[in-house]
Amino acid sequence: MPVLLSEEHQIRQPEDVVLVRQAVRQKAVELGFNLVDQTKLVTAASELARNTLQYGGGGTLRLESLVDGLRRGLRLTFADEGPGIADIEQAMRDGFSTAGGLGLGLSGARRLSNEFHIDSRPGEGTRISITRWR
Amino acid sequence: MLTEIVAHDEAALLQRWIDNQFNASGFRPDRIGRAELQENSTQFLSSFRRALNSGATDIQGADWAGVRHILDGLSSARAEQGFSPTETATFIFSLKQPLFERARALYANDPARLAEATWEISQVLDKLGLYTAEVFQRGREAVIVRQQQEMLELSTPVVTLWDGILALPLIGTLDSARTQVVMESLLQRIVDSGAAIAIIDITGVPTVDTLTAQHLLKTVAAARLMGADCIISGIRPQIAQTIVHLGVELGSVVTKATLADAFSVALHRAGLAVVQKQAARRKPPADPDRESEGNEA
Amino acid sequence: MERIPILKMGEYLLVTIQVDMHDRLAMTLQDDLTAKIVAARARGVLIDISALEIVDSFIGRMLADIAGMSRVLDAETVVVGMRPAVAITLVELGLSLTGVRTALNVERGMELLRRRIAGRNEDDAGSA
Repeated sequence: MPVLLSEEHQIRQPEDVVLVRQAVRQKAVELGFNLVDQTKLVTAASELARNTLQYGGGGTLRLESLVDGLRRGLRLTFADEGPGIADIEQAMRDGFSTAGGLGLGLSGARRLSNEFHIDSRPGEGTRISITRWR
Repeated sequence: MLTEIVAHDEAALLQRWIDNQFNASGFRPDRIGRAELQENSTQFLSSFRRALNSGATDIQGADWAGVRHILDGLSSARAEQGFSPTETATFIFSLKQPLFERARALYANDPARLAEATWEISQVLDKLGLYTAEVFQRGREAVIVRQQQEMLELSTPVVTLWDGILALPLIGTLDSARTQVVMESLLQRIVDSGAAIAIIDITGVPTVDTLTAQHLLKTVAAARLMGADCIISGIRPQIAQTIVHLGVELGSVVTKATLADAFSVALHRAGLAVVQKQAARRKPPADPDRESEGNEA
Repeated sequence: MERIPILKMGEYLLVTIQVDMHDRLAMTLQDDLTAKIVAARARGVLIDISALEIVDSFIGRMLADIAGMSRVLDAETVVVGMRPAVAITLVELGLSLTGVRTALNVERGMELLRRRIAGRNEDDAGSA
Protein backbone atom coordinates (compact mmCIF):
# COMPACT_ATOMS: atom_id res chain seq x y z
CA MET A 1 0.00 0.00 0.00
CA PRO A 2 1.58 3.35 -1.00
CA VAL A 3 2.68 5.56 1.88
CA LEU A 4 2.49 9.21 0.87
CA LEU A 5 4.17 10.87 3.77
CA SER A 6 5.85 9.80 6.93
CA GLU A 7 7.12 11.68 9.98
CA GLU A 8 8.39 10.73 13.41
CA HIS A 9 7.84 12.19 16.90
CA GLN A 10 9.65 11.47 20.15
CA ILE A 11 7.63 10.62 23.26
CA ARG A 12 9.87 11.27 26.28
CA GLN A 13 7.85 13.38 28.76
CA PRO A 14 4.18 14.18 29.53
CA GLU A 15 4.29 17.37 27.42
CA ASP A 16 5.14 15.21 24.39
CA VAL A 17 1.72 13.55 24.65
CA VAL A 18 0.16 16.99 24.04
CA LEU A 19 2.48 17.54 21.05
CA VAL A 20 1.51 14.12 19.65
CA ARG A 21 -2.18 15.06 19.94
CA GLN A 22 -1.52 18.29 18.04
CA ALA A 23 0.52 16.56 15.32
CA VAL A 24 -2.15 13.89 14.78
CA ARG A 25 -4.91 16.52 14.69
CA GLN A 26 -3.04 18.49 12.05
CA LYS A 27 -2.47 15.45 9.84
CA ALA A 28 -6.10 14.33 10.21
CA VAL A 29 -7.31 17.79 9.17
CA GLU A 30 -4.93 17.80 6.18
CA LEU A 31 -6.25 14.41 5.06
CA GLY A 32 -9.82 15.70 5.21
CA PHE A 33 -11.16 13.56 8.07
CA ASN A 34 -14.43 14.88 9.50
CA LEU A 35 -14.56 16.32 13.01
CA VAL A 36 -15.74 13.12 14.72
CA ASP A 37 -13.08 10.99 13.00
CA GLN A 38 -10.39 13.56 13.85
CA THR A 39 -11.47 13.45 17.49
CA LYS A 40 -11.41 9.64 17.53
CA LEU A 41 -7.89 9.54 16.03
CA VAL A 42 -6.51 12.17 18.40
CA THR A 43 -8.07 10.44 21.42
CA ALA A 44 -6.66 7.04 20.40
CA ALA A 45 -3.25 8.64 19.86
CA SER A 46 -3.42 10.23 23.30
CA GLU A 47 -4.14 6.87 24.94
CA LEU A 48 -1.34 5.07 23.11
CA ALA A 49 1.21 7.86 23.59
CA ARG A 50 0.52 7.78 27.33
CA ASN A 51 0.99 3.99 27.35
CA THR A 52 4.29 4.34 25.48
CA LEU A 53 5.47 6.80 28.12
CA GLN A 54 4.12 5.01 31.19
CA TYR A 55 4.77 1.38 30.35
CA GLY A 56 7.42 1.55 27.63
CA GLY A 57 9.56 4.21 29.30
CA GLY A 58 9.21 6.46 26.26
CA GLY A 59 9.47 5.78 22.53
CA THR A 60 8.45 7.09 19.15
CA LEU A 61 5.36 7.75 17.04
CA ARG A 62 5.47 7.37 13.28
CA LEU A 63 2.70 9.13 11.34
CA GLU A 64 1.95 7.87 7.82
CA SER A 65 -0.55 9.07 5.23
CA LEU A 66 -1.84 6.10 3.23
CA VAL A 67 -3.52 5.77 -0.15
CA ASP A 68 -5.53 2.71 -1.13
CA GLY A 69 -7.41 3.31 -4.37
CA LEU A 70 -9.83 6.11 -3.64
CA ARG A 71 -9.40 5.77 0.12
CA ARG A 72 -7.10 7.92 2.21
CA GLY A 73 -5.94 6.81 5.62
CA LEU A 74 -3.75 7.72 8.54
CA ARG A 75 -1.58 5.13 10.26
CA LEU A 76 -0.01 5.76 13.67
CA THR A 77 2.72 3.45 14.91
CA PHE A 78 3.88 3.68 18.51
CA ALA A 79 7.11 1.88 19.35
CA ASP A 80 9.06 1.51 22.56
CA GLU A 81 11.89 -0.63 23.85
CA GLY A 82 10.39 -1.19 27.28
CA PRO A 83 9.61 -4.38 29.18
CA GLY A 84 6.96 -5.50 26.67
CA ILE A 85 3.59 -7.09 27.39
CA ALA A 86 3.58 -10.68 28.62
CA ASP A 87 -0.12 -11.41 28.11
CA ILE A 88 -1.48 -9.35 25.23
CA GLU A 89 -4.96 -10.83 25.47
CA GLN A 90 -5.24 -9.79 29.09
CA ALA A 91 -3.88 -6.31 28.34
CA MET A 92 -6.50 -5.83 25.62
CA ARG A 93 -9.37 -6.46 28.02
CA ASP A 94 -11.50 -3.55 29.24
CA GLY A 95 -10.63 -2.58 32.78
CA PHE A 96 -7.27 -4.34 32.94
CA SER A 97 -4.59 -2.02 34.23
CA THR A 98 -1.20 -2.46 35.85
CA ALA A 99 -0.72 1.22 36.66
CA GLY A 100 -4.01 1.96 38.40
CA GLY A 101 -5.57 3.54 35.31
CA LEU A 102 -9.03 2.83 33.93
CA GLY A 103 -7.63 0.10 31.70
CA LEU A 104 -9.24 1.60 28.62
CA GLY A 105 -6.07 2.62 26.83
CA LEU A 106 -5.50 -0.37 24.53
CA SER A 107 -9.06 -1.60 24.18
CA GLY A 108 -10.36 1.96 23.74
CA ALA A 109 -7.77 2.79 21.08
CA ARG A 110 -8.76 -0.36 19.20
CA ARG A 111 -12.45 0.66 19.25
CA LEU A 112 -11.54 4.13 17.97
CA SER A 113 -9.63 2.85 14.92
CA ASN A 114 -10.43 0.72 11.86
CA GLU A 115 -7.32 -1.45 12.04
CA PHE A 116 -5.25 -2.38 15.06
CA HIS A 117 -2.00 -4.36 15.27
CA ILE A 118 0.02 -5.12 18.34
CA ASP A 119 3.39 -6.80 18.47
CA SER A 120 5.13 -7.21 21.80
CA ARG A 121 7.83 -9.41 23.28
CA PRO A 122 8.79 -9.46 26.93
CA GLY A 123 12.12 -7.71 27.38
CA GLU A 124 12.18 -6.37 23.82
CA GLY A 125 9.49 -3.75 23.66
CA THR A 126 6.09 -3.07 22.14
CA ARG A 127 4.92 -1.86 18.74
CA ILE A 128 1.29 -0.87 18.24
CA SER A 129 -0.11 0.49 15.01
CA ILE A 130 -3.60 1.79 14.34
CA THR A 131 -5.14 2.93 11.05
CA ARG A 132 -8.24 4.93 10.37
CA TRP A 133 -9.68 5.28 6.88
CA ARG A 134 -11.60 8.27 5.63
CA MET B 1 -27.34 13.79 -51.50
CA LEU B 2 -28.66 12.90 -48.08
CA THR B 3 -31.14 15.76 -48.42
CA GLU B 4 -32.48 14.14 -51.53
CA ILE B 5 -32.89 10.75 -49.82
CA VAL B 6 -34.78 12.20 -46.87
CA ALA B 7 -36.94 14.62 -48.81
CA HIS B 8 -38.20 11.91 -51.18
CA ASP B 9 -41.62 10.87 -49.82
CA GLU B 10 -40.98 11.85 -46.19
CA ALA B 11 -44.30 10.36 -45.00
CA ALA B 12 -43.38 6.85 -46.22
CA LEU B 13 -39.93 7.14 -44.67
CA LEU B 14 -41.47 8.14 -41.34
CA GLN B 15 -43.83 5.19 -41.42
CA ARG B 16 -41.02 2.76 -42.21
CA TRP B 17 -38.85 4.19 -39.41
CA ILE B 18 -41.63 4.05 -36.77
CA ASP B 19 -42.41 0.44 -37.70
CA ASN B 20 -38.72 -0.32 -37.36
CA GLN B 21 -38.52 1.18 -33.87
CA PHE B 22 -41.70 -0.53 -32.84
CA ASN B 23 -40.39 -3.92 -33.87
CA ALA B 24 -36.85 -3.43 -32.55
CA SER B 25 -35.84 -5.91 -29.84
CA GLY B 26 -35.02 -3.08 -27.44
CA PHE B 27 -38.40 -1.40 -27.76
CA ARG B 28 -40.19 -0.83 -24.44
CA PRO B 29 -43.96 -0.67 -24.98
CA ASP B 30 -44.28 -0.63 -21.17
CA ARG B 31 -42.45 2.69 -20.96
CA ILE B 32 -43.53 4.55 -24.11
CA GLY B 33 -46.71 4.48 -26.24
CA ARG B 34 -47.05 4.45 -30.01
CA ALA B 35 -48.55 7.95 -30.00
CA GLU B 36 -45.55 9.44 -28.20
CA LEU B 37 -43.15 7.56 -30.45
CA GLN B 38 -44.98 8.85 -33.53
CA GLU B 39 -44.81 12.41 -32.27
CA ASN B 40 -41.10 12.19 -31.39
CA SER B 41 -40.27 10.68 -34.78
CA THR B 42 -42.33 13.17 -36.80
CA GLN B 43 -40.76 16.13 -35.01
CA PHE B 44 -37.27 14.75 -35.39
CA LEU B 45 -37.58 13.93 -39.06
CA SER B 46 -38.86 17.35 -40.08
CA SER B 47 -36.17 19.03 -38.00
CA PHE B 48 -33.56 16.68 -39.46
CA ARG B 49 -34.63 17.54 -43.01
CA ARG B 50 -34.39 21.28 -42.30
CA ALA B 51 -30.90 20.87 -40.81
CA LEU B 52 -29.81 18.86 -43.89
CA ASN B 53 -31.25 21.51 -46.20
CA SER B 54 -29.04 24.14 -44.60
CA GLY B 55 -26.03 22.23 -45.92
CA ALA B 56 -24.17 22.41 -42.57
CA THR B 57 -22.52 19.16 -41.46
CA ASP B 58 -21.37 20.08 -37.93
CA ILE B 59 -24.16 18.83 -35.65
CA GLN B 60 -22.91 21.19 -32.91
CA GLY B 61 -23.58 24.18 -35.22
CA ALA B 62 -26.46 26.67 -35.13
CA ASP B 63 -28.31 24.99 -38.03
CA TRP B 64 -28.63 21.79 -36.03
CA ALA B 65 -29.93 23.53 -32.88
CA GLY B 66 -33.48 22.33 -33.59
CA VAL B 67 -32.40 18.69 -33.92
CA ARG B 68 -30.28 18.91 -30.76
CA HIS B 69 -33.16 20.48 -28.87
CA ILE B 70 -35.45 17.57 -29.76
CA LEU B 71 -32.79 15.00 -28.81
CA ASP B 72 -32.09 16.83 -25.49
CA GLY B 73 -35.74 16.58 -24.49
CA LEU B 74 -36.07 12.98 -25.67
CA SER B 75 -32.89 11.72 -23.96
CA SER B 76 -33.55 13.35 -20.59
CA ALA B 77 -37.15 12.16 -20.68
CA ARG B 78 -36.02 8.58 -21.40
CA ALA B 79 -33.35 8.75 -18.68
CA GLU B 80 -36.10 9.67 -16.23
CA GLN B 81 -38.39 6.94 -17.60
CA GLY B 82 -35.71 4.35 -16.89
CA PHE B 83 -34.53 3.52 -20.43
CA SER B 84 -31.01 2.22 -20.92
CA PRO B 85 -28.52 4.27 -23.00
CA THR B 86 -28.72 1.63 -25.77
CA GLU B 87 -32.51 1.75 -25.89
CA THR B 88 -32.31 5.52 -26.08
CA ALA B 89 -29.70 5.61 -28.86
CA THR B 90 -31.74 3.06 -30.83
CA PHE B 91 -34.14 5.90 -31.62
CA ILE B 92 -31.48 7.32 -33.96
CA PHE B 93 -29.77 4.12 -35.11
CA SER B 94 -33.08 2.57 -36.24
CA LEU B 95 -33.30 5.29 -38.88
CA LYS B 96 -30.25 3.84 -40.65
CA GLN B 97 -32.00 0.86 -42.18
CA PRO B 98 -34.84 2.78 -43.94
CA LEU B 99 -32.33 5.34 -45.21
CA PHE B 100 -30.00 2.64 -46.56
CA GLU B 101 -32.95 0.97 -48.33
CA ARG B 102 -33.78 4.26 -50.02
CA ALA B 103 -30.22 4.92 -51.02
CA ARG B 104 -30.04 1.47 -52.60
CA ALA B 105 -33.27 2.07 -54.53
CA LEU B 106 -32.23 5.54 -55.70
CA TYR B 107 -28.64 4.75 -56.70
CA ALA B 108 -29.04 1.14 -57.82
CA ASN B 109 -27.08 1.89 -60.99
CA ASP B 110 -24.38 4.03 -59.46
CA PRO B 111 -22.24 2.08 -56.94
CA ALA B 112 -19.94 5.04 -56.32
CA ARG B 113 -22.78 7.32 -55.27
CA LEU B 114 -24.37 4.52 -53.24
CA ALA B 115 -21.13 4.04 -51.27
CA GLU B 116 -20.87 7.79 -50.72
CA ALA B 117 -24.49 8.04 -49.56
CA THR B 118 -24.06 5.10 -47.18
CA TRP B 119 -20.99 6.75 -45.67
CA GLU B 120 -22.80 10.08 -45.28
CA ILE B 121 -25.82 8.48 -43.61
CA SER B 122 -23.65 6.49 -41.20
CA GLN B 123 -21.57 9.47 -40.26
CA VAL B 124 -24.37 11.85 -39.38
CA LEU B 125 -26.51 9.23 -37.62
CA ASP B 126 -23.54 7.95 -35.57
CA LYS B 127 -22.83 11.47 -34.38
CA LEU B 128 -26.47 12.02 -33.45
CA GLY B 129 -26.67 8.63 -31.70
CA LEU B 130 -23.60 9.41 -29.60
CA TYR B 131 -25.09 12.78 -28.81
CA THR B 132 -28.22 11.13 -27.36
CA ALA B 133 -26.02 8.84 -25.24
CA GLU B 134 -24.14 11.83 -23.87
CA VAL B 135 -27.29 13.74 -22.98
CA PHE B 136 -28.74 10.57 -21.52
CA GLN B 137 -25.67 10.18 -19.30
CA ARG B 138 -25.93 13.77 -18.07
CA GLY B 139 -29.61 13.19 -17.32
CA ARG B 140 -28.83 10.06 -15.27
CA GLU B 141 -26.09 11.88 -13.36
CA ALA B 142 -28.50 14.68 -12.51
CA VAL B 143 -31.02 12.12 -11.27
CA ILE B 144 -28.37 10.44 -9.07
CA VAL B 145 -27.14 13.71 -7.58
CA ARG B 146 -30.71 14.78 -6.83
CA GLN B 147 -31.54 11.43 -5.21
CA GLN B 148 -28.39 11.50 -3.06
CA GLN B 149 -29.31 14.96 -1.87
CA GLU B 150 -32.87 13.88 -1.11
CA MET B 151 -31.70 10.80 0.79
CA LEU B 152 -29.31 12.82 2.92
CA GLU B 153 -32.07 15.28 3.75
CA LEU B 154 -34.49 12.44 4.42
CA SER B 155 -32.11 10.65 6.72
CA THR B 156 -31.71 13.35 9.36
CA PRO B 157 -34.84 15.35 9.98
CA VAL B 158 -34.40 16.72 13.51
CA VAL B 159 -37.57 18.60 14.42
CA THR B 160 -38.43 20.92 17.29
CA LEU B 161 -41.58 19.76 19.07
CA TRP B 162 -41.53 22.49 21.67
CA ASP B 163 -39.09 24.99 23.06
CA GLY B 164 -36.38 22.77 24.54
CA ILE B 165 -37.77 19.49 23.15
CA LEU B 166 -36.35 17.93 19.98
CA ALA B 167 -37.55 14.87 18.09
CA LEU B 168 -35.72 12.64 15.62
CA PRO B 169 -38.21 10.47 13.69
CA LEU B 170 -36.07 7.68 12.23
CA ILE B 171 -37.31 6.01 9.04
CA GLY B 172 -35.72 3.03 7.32
CA THR B 173 -32.87 0.71 8.15
CA LEU B 174 -30.14 2.04 10.42
CA ASP B 175 -26.70 1.00 9.22
CA SER B 176 -23.50 2.21 10.87
CA ALA B 177 -22.74 4.97 8.36
CA ARG B 178 -26.24 6.40 8.53
CA THR B 179 -26.44 6.14 12.30
CA GLN B 180 -23.26 8.18 12.62
CA VAL B 181 -24.71 10.97 10.45
CA VAL B 182 -28.00 10.87 12.35
CA MET B 183 -26.25 10.82 15.72
CA GLU B 184 -24.00 13.76 14.89
CA SER B 185 -26.82 15.83 13.52
CA LEU B 186 -28.99 15.21 16.60
CA LEU B 187 -26.18 16.06 19.02
CA GLN B 188 -25.27 19.19 17.06
CA ARG B 189 -28.91 20.32 17.11
CA ILE B 190 -28.96 19.77 20.87
CA VAL B 191 -25.98 22.14 21.24
CA ASP B 192 -27.40 24.71 18.80
CA SER B 193 -30.89 24.79 20.30
CA GLY B 194 -29.97 24.20 23.94
CA ALA B 195 -32.72 21.56 24.09
CA ALA B 196 -32.32 19.40 27.18
CA ILE B 197 -34.68 16.65 25.98
CA ALA B 198 -34.57 14.71 22.71
CA ILE B 199 -37.04 12.04 21.59
CA ILE B 200 -35.72 9.39 19.20
CA ASP B 201 -38.75 7.82 17.51
CA ILE B 202 -38.14 4.45 15.84
CA THR B 203 -41.70 3.81 14.58
CA GLY B 204 -40.35 3.81 11.01
CA VAL B 205 -37.42 1.48 11.67
CA PRO B 206 -38.37 -1.97 10.28
CA THR B 207 -36.07 -4.13 12.40
CA VAL B 208 -33.77 -3.63 15.33
CA ASP B 209 -30.74 -5.90 15.60
CA THR B 210 -28.03 -5.87 18.24
CA LEU B 211 -25.94 -3.39 16.28
CA THR B 212 -28.82 -0.95 15.78
CA ALA B 213 -29.73 -1.18 19.46
CA GLN B 214 -26.12 -0.47 20.40
CA HIS B 215 -26.02 2.56 18.09
CA LEU B 216 -29.16 3.91 19.74
CA LEU B 217 -27.77 3.36 23.22
CA LYS B 218 -24.52 5.09 22.25
CA THR B 219 -26.46 8.10 21.01
CA VAL B 220 -28.34 8.25 24.31
CA ALA B 221 -25.07 7.93 26.26
CA ALA B 222 -23.37 10.68 24.22
CA ALA B 223 -26.35 13.02 24.70
CA ARG B 224 -26.21 12.37 28.43
CA LEU B 225 -22.50 13.29 28.52
CA MET B 226 -23.44 16.61 26.93
CA GLY B 227 -26.18 17.20 29.48
CA ALA B 228 -29.30 16.22 27.54
CA ASP B 229 -31.78 13.39 28.13
CA CYS B 230 -33.07 11.10 25.39
CA ILE B 231 -36.32 9.17 25.30
CA ILE B 232 -36.72 6.34 22.78
CA SER B 233 -40.27 5.99 21.48
CA GLY B 234 -42.20 4.10 18.84
CA ILE B 235 -41.19 0.66 20.04
CA ARG B 236 -43.48 -1.84 18.32
CA PRO B 237 -44.32 -5.13 20.05
CA GLN B 238 -42.09 -7.27 17.81
CA ILE B 239 -39.16 -4.89 18.39
CA ALA B 240 -39.69 -5.15 22.16
CA GLN B 241 -39.53 -8.93 21.71
CA THR B 242 -36.34 -8.71 19.66
CA ILE B 243 -34.68 -6.43 22.21
CA VAL B 244 -35.41 -8.89 25.02
CA HIS B 245 -34.43 -11.95 22.95
CA LEU B 246 -31.15 -10.36 21.92
CA GLY B 247 -30.42 -9.60 25.56
CA VAL B 248 -29.85 -5.90 24.86
CA GLU B 249 -29.41 -4.07 28.17
CA LEU B 250 -31.32 -0.80 27.93
CA GLY B 251 -30.18 0.25 31.40
CA SER B 252 -31.66 3.52 32.55
CA VAL B 253 -32.84 4.60 29.09
CA VAL B 254 -36.44 5.78 29.12
CA THR B 255 -38.54 4.02 26.47
CA LYS B 256 -42.14 4.67 25.46
CA ALA B 257 -44.50 2.89 23.08
CA THR B 258 -45.60 6.00 21.20
CA LEU B 259 -44.21 9.41 20.34
CA ALA B 260 -47.23 10.93 22.12
CA ASP B 261 -46.31 9.17 25.39
CA ALA B 262 -42.70 10.33 25.06
CA PHE B 263 -43.81 13.90 24.33
CA SER B 264 -45.98 13.91 27.43
CA VAL B 265 -43.01 12.74 29.55
CA ALA B 266 -40.85 15.44 27.98
CA LEU B 267 -43.43 18.15 28.68
CA HIS B 268 -43.73 16.97 32.26
CA ARG B 269 -39.96 17.17 32.75
CA ALA B 270 -39.91 20.65 31.27
CA GLY B 271 -42.56 21.63 33.83
CA LEU B 272 -45.30 21.96 31.22
CA ALA B 273 -48.73 20.39 30.94
CA VAL B 274 -51.39 20.10 28.25
CA VAL B 275 -54.85 21.03 29.53
CA GLN B 276 -58.28 20.56 27.97
CA LYS B 277 -59.54 23.77 26.40
CA GLN B 278 -62.98 23.43 28.07
CA ALA B 279 -61.53 24.52 31.39
CA ALA B 280 -60.57 27.84 29.84
CA ARG B 281 -63.93 28.18 28.05
CA ARG B 282 -66.00 28.14 31.22
CA LYS B 283 -68.82 30.71 31.41
CA PRO B 284 -67.31 34.19 31.59
CA PRO B 285 -68.15 36.33 34.66
CA ALA B 286 -71.64 37.88 34.53
CA ASP B 287 -71.97 40.26 31.61
CA PRO B 288 -75.19 42.33 31.84
CA ASP B 289 -75.62 42.88 28.06
CA ARG B 290 -75.10 39.25 27.20
CA GLU B 291 -77.34 38.20 30.08
CA SER B 292 -80.27 40.26 28.73
CA GLU B 293 -79.78 38.94 25.20
CA GLY B 294 -79.98 35.43 26.57
CA ASN B 295 -83.21 36.20 28.31
CA GLU B 296 -84.84 37.56 25.20
CA ALA B 297 -83.96 34.48 23.16
CA MET C 1 4.29 26.58 37.35
CA GLU C 2 1.40 26.47 34.89
CA ARG C 3 -2.04 26.24 36.56
CA ILE C 4 -5.70 26.24 35.58
CA PRO C 5 -7.43 29.16 37.34
CA ILE C 6 -10.29 28.43 39.75
CA LEU C 7 -12.83 31.25 40.25
CA LYS C 8 -14.98 31.60 43.37
CA MET C 9 -18.56 32.93 43.02
CA GLY C 10 -20.36 32.86 46.33
CA GLU C 11 -20.66 29.25 47.36
CA TYR C 12 -19.67 28.02 43.87
CA LEU C 13 -16.32 27.36 42.27
CA LEU C 14 -15.97 27.87 38.53
CA VAL C 15 -13.28 26.24 36.39
CA THR C 16 -12.94 26.84 32.66
CA ILE C 17 -10.47 24.50 31.01
CA GLN C 18 -9.15 26.26 27.94
CA VAL C 19 -5.85 24.55 27.25
CA ASP C 20 -4.92 21.09 26.03
CA MET C 21 -3.84 19.69 29.43
CA HIS C 22 -0.93 17.34 29.87
CA ASP C 23 -1.42 14.79 32.62
CA ARG C 24 0.57 16.63 35.31
CA LEU C 25 -1.48 19.78 34.76
CA ALA C 26 -4.68 17.75 35.16
CA MET C 27 -3.43 16.25 38.44
CA THR C 28 -2.50 19.73 39.69
CA LEU C 29 -6.04 20.93 38.90
CA GLN C 30 -7.50 18.02 40.87
CA ASP C 31 -5.32 18.86 43.90
CA ASP C 32 -6.00 22.60 43.69
CA LEU C 33 -9.74 22.07 43.33
CA THR C 34 -10.15 19.76 46.32
CA ALA C 35 -8.04 22.13 48.46
CA LYS C 36 -10.14 25.10 47.32
CA ILE C 37 -13.46 23.33 48.05
CA VAL C 38 -12.41 22.97 51.66
CA ALA C 39 -10.80 26.42 51.96
CA ALA C 40 -13.76 28.27 50.37
CA ARG C 41 -16.39 25.98 51.94
CA ALA C 42 -17.83 25.63 48.44
CA ARG C 43 -21.14 23.79 47.91
CA GLY C 44 -20.94 23.53 44.14
CA VAL C 45 -18.28 23.10 41.45
CA LEU C 46 -18.88 23.92 37.80
CA ILE C 47 -16.33 22.70 35.24
CA ASP C 48 -16.68 24.17 31.75
CA ILE C 49 -15.03 21.94 29.13
CA SER C 50 -16.59 23.57 26.04
CA ALA C 51 -13.11 24.51 24.79
CA LEU C 52 -11.75 20.97 25.05
CA GLU C 53 -11.25 19.25 21.69
CA ILE C 54 -10.71 15.82 23.22
CA VAL C 55 -11.32 14.06 26.51
CA ASP C 56 -9.32 10.86 26.81
CA SER C 57 -9.52 8.26 29.56
CA PHE C 58 -7.11 10.21 31.76
CA ILE C 59 -9.09 13.49 31.65
CA GLY C 60 -12.29 11.45 31.92
CA ARG C 61 -11.03 9.79 35.07
CA MET C 62 -9.97 13.16 36.46
CA LEU C 63 -13.50 14.52 35.95
CA ALA C 64 -15.06 11.45 37.60
CA ASP C 65 -12.57 11.65 40.50
CA ILE C 66 -13.24 15.36 41.06
CA ALA C 67 -16.99 14.63 41.17
CA GLY C 68 -16.44 11.81 43.66
CA MET C 69 -14.06 13.77 45.87
CA SER C 70 -16.24 16.87 45.93
CA ARG C 71 -19.23 14.72 46.93
CA VAL C 72 -17.24 13.47 49.92
CA LEU C 73 -16.47 17.10 50.73
CA ASP C 74 -20.21 17.93 50.56
CA ALA C 75 -20.09 19.76 47.24
CA GLU C 76 -21.91 19.00 43.96
CA THR C 77 -20.01 18.93 40.65
CA VAL C 78 -21.46 19.65 37.21
CA VAL C 79 -19.48 19.28 34.00
CA VAL C 80 -20.81 21.52 31.21
CA GLY C 81 -20.35 22.12 27.49
CA MET C 82 -18.98 18.82 26.23
CA ARG C 83 -18.80 18.96 22.42
CA PRO C 84 -20.74 16.37 20.35
CA ALA C 85 -17.59 14.90 18.74
CA VAL C 86 -15.99 14.55 22.18
CA ALA C 87 -19.10 12.87 23.60
CA ILE C 88 -19.33 10.39 20.69
CA THR C 89 -15.64 9.53 21.09
CA LEU C 90 -15.88 9.07 24.86
CA VAL C 91 -18.78 6.64 24.43
CA GLU C 92 -16.80 4.70 21.79
CA LEU C 93 -13.80 4.68 24.12
CA GLY C 94 -15.99 2.97 26.71
CA LEU C 95 -16.27 5.78 29.24
CA SER C 96 -19.74 6.83 30.41
CA LEU C 97 -18.69 9.01 33.37
CA THR C 98 -21.40 7.59 35.61
CA GLY C 99 -21.70 9.70 38.72
CA VAL C 100 -20.77 12.89 36.90
CA ARG C 101 -23.62 15.38 36.42
CA THR C 102 -23.67 17.17 33.10
CA ALA C 103 -25.40 20.19 31.55
CA LEU C 104 -25.45 21.75 28.09
CA ASN C 105 -23.93 25.11 29.06
CA VAL C 106 -22.82 27.24 32.02
CA GLU C 107 -26.29 28.72 32.52
CA ARG C 108 -28.01 25.32 32.65
CA GLY C 109 -25.19 24.03 34.85
CA MET C 110 -25.71 26.80 37.41
CA GLU C 111 -29.47 26.11 37.45
CA LEU C 112 -28.79 22.44 38.09
CA LEU C 113 -26.31 23.23 40.90
CA ARG C 114 -28.78 25.60 42.60
CA ARG C 115 -31.54 22.98 42.44
CA ARG C 116 -29.31 20.21 43.73
CA ILE C 117 -27.95 22.30 46.59
CA ALA C 118 -31.42 23.54 47.56
CA GLY C 119 -32.58 19.92 47.60
CA ARG C 120 -29.72 18.87 49.83
CA ASN C 121 -30.35 21.77 52.21
CA GLU C 122 -33.97 20.64 52.56
CA ASP C 123 -32.88 17.06 53.21
CA ASP C 124 -30.43 18.26 55.85
CA ALA C 125 -33.11 20.40 57.54
CA GLY C 126 -35.57 17.50 57.42
CA SER C 127 -33.23 14.99 59.04
CA ALA C 128 -32.07 17.46 61.70
